[in-house]
Amino acid sequence: MYDFGTIYQPKTIKEAMELKVEHPKALILAGGSDILIKIREGKLAGCDLISIFMLDELRGICMEEDGTILIRPLTSFSHVTANPIIKKYLPALGDAVDQVGGPQIRNIGTIGGNICNGVTSADSAPTLKAYDAELEISSLKGTRIMNYLDFNLGFAKVDLREGEFLTGIRIKKESYLDTYGQYIKYSMRKAMDIATLGCSVNVRLSEDKKTIKRLRIAFGVAAPTPIRCFEAEKISLKRSLDQKLLDDVALACQKEVNPRTSWRASKEFRLHLIKELSQKALFESIEKAGGKVNA
Amino acid sequence: MPKQLITCIVNGKKRESYIDPRSSLTDYLRGEEKLNSVKHGCDVGECGACTVLINGQPFNSCIYLAIWADGKEITTLEGLSDKKGAISDIQQAFIDEGAVQCGFCTPGFIMSSIPIITSDKVFTRQEIRKQISGNFCRCTGYENIVNAIEKTAKKRKEEKQK
Repeated sequence: MYDFGTIYQPKTIKEAMELKVEHPKALILAGGSDILIKIREGKLAGCDLISIFMLDELRGICMEEDGTILIRPLTSFSHVTANPIIKKYLPALGDAVDQVGGPQIRNIGTIGGNICNGVTSADSAPTLKAYDAELEISSLKGTRIMNYLDFNLGFAKVDLREGEFLTGIRIKKESYLDTYGQYIKYSMRKAMDIATLGCSVNVRLSEDKKTIKRLRIAFGVAAPTPIRCFEAEKISLKRSLDQKLLDDVALACQKEVNPRTSWRASKEFRLHLIKELSQKALFESIEKAGGKVNA
Repeated sequence: MPKQLITCIVNGKKRESYIDPRSSLTDYLRGEEKLNSVKHGCDVGECGACTVLINGQPFNSCIYLAIWADGKEITTLEGLSDKKGAISDIQQAFIDEGAVQCGFCTPGFIMSSIPIITSDKVFTRQEIRKQISGNFCRCTGYENIVNAIEKTAKKRKEEKQK
């Protein structure tokens, strides 16, 4: 038996929003793989919950008319990985969320819960940031669209205001078209572990596949929130594909990040991982794009 | 807290129960349905001993609210036996391969293996290990568990081709 107070079970998203206004302290429960565990540990014991898990209108992935990929927040990790649209256009995201926990956790955990939880180790976060995801945030007052890059306000703190729900994650065609990406998760165990460091890269090469047309690079656990490294992206523009490029990108990333020492790893080790993983992810992205890194 | 009615299909039978909304699916399956193959292990989704199939996919029943099971189809280890109560091929394979020692994790492992042995795809040993990576075993060292699953998957495919 779980130790929580009242659990509200809205039948529609509108009803959920009304309940959130009536009970501002109640927590929004999606798949529960973070919240229910905190309740078990006693950290959230006695809290009230608004369960949105049964709201199927918030589930599923589709492509909009202009080619934008829309992921509804309650889509489970395993459904993201298995989805044909994701497999075809955003395989790096499918691979990233296939590294969360184990199969049972991937069946219950949701991509929306992953980002609203706001922790820096969220496996979906670096890839969504690297693809410039936009968030649709709704309340009874209306809907606003914001860039996911501005969503994380600090450690486990996100820009969800009073009565607001995440109702959609969008990735525009311009963002994913003709890009090839790679997410690398470094953790002590291959399953059921949290990332010591995560790195997501995607590249768009020039037509002759000799230079970088666009590079995106983002990290998890390299700062209090998942972050993009814009300097590293800038210096890579129009550069030819060689070891010097990998070295310069890694160095730029190391300057932009702000990792900490935790029981999982020291700051120094994380900085080393940032160098290694950014080079490896960039190398693999370039290879996937049909380019060749000249040593 | 007022009890709430849920209707679901458990091991092929339609069930209606009034439950406390704070119950986990493990609480419901063990407490109400007396299905004791569903183990209370870690209770936080780490060990997999409570794994059941919900609409054919493995879930940790300890971190699944019983109220969410409303309208769903649940299968536990008990549901694998035939009408006479004889055990299934995968259970027999666990016995034959020595994949059981203390036995506490076994029902969870077997439920996690169902998507592998019912799939048309041939799983490599590495892929089998990935599919059972949400289950803990502290006795066997996993090798014999992978052997049992691999053997059953192979046998079922051969029977299908006949």
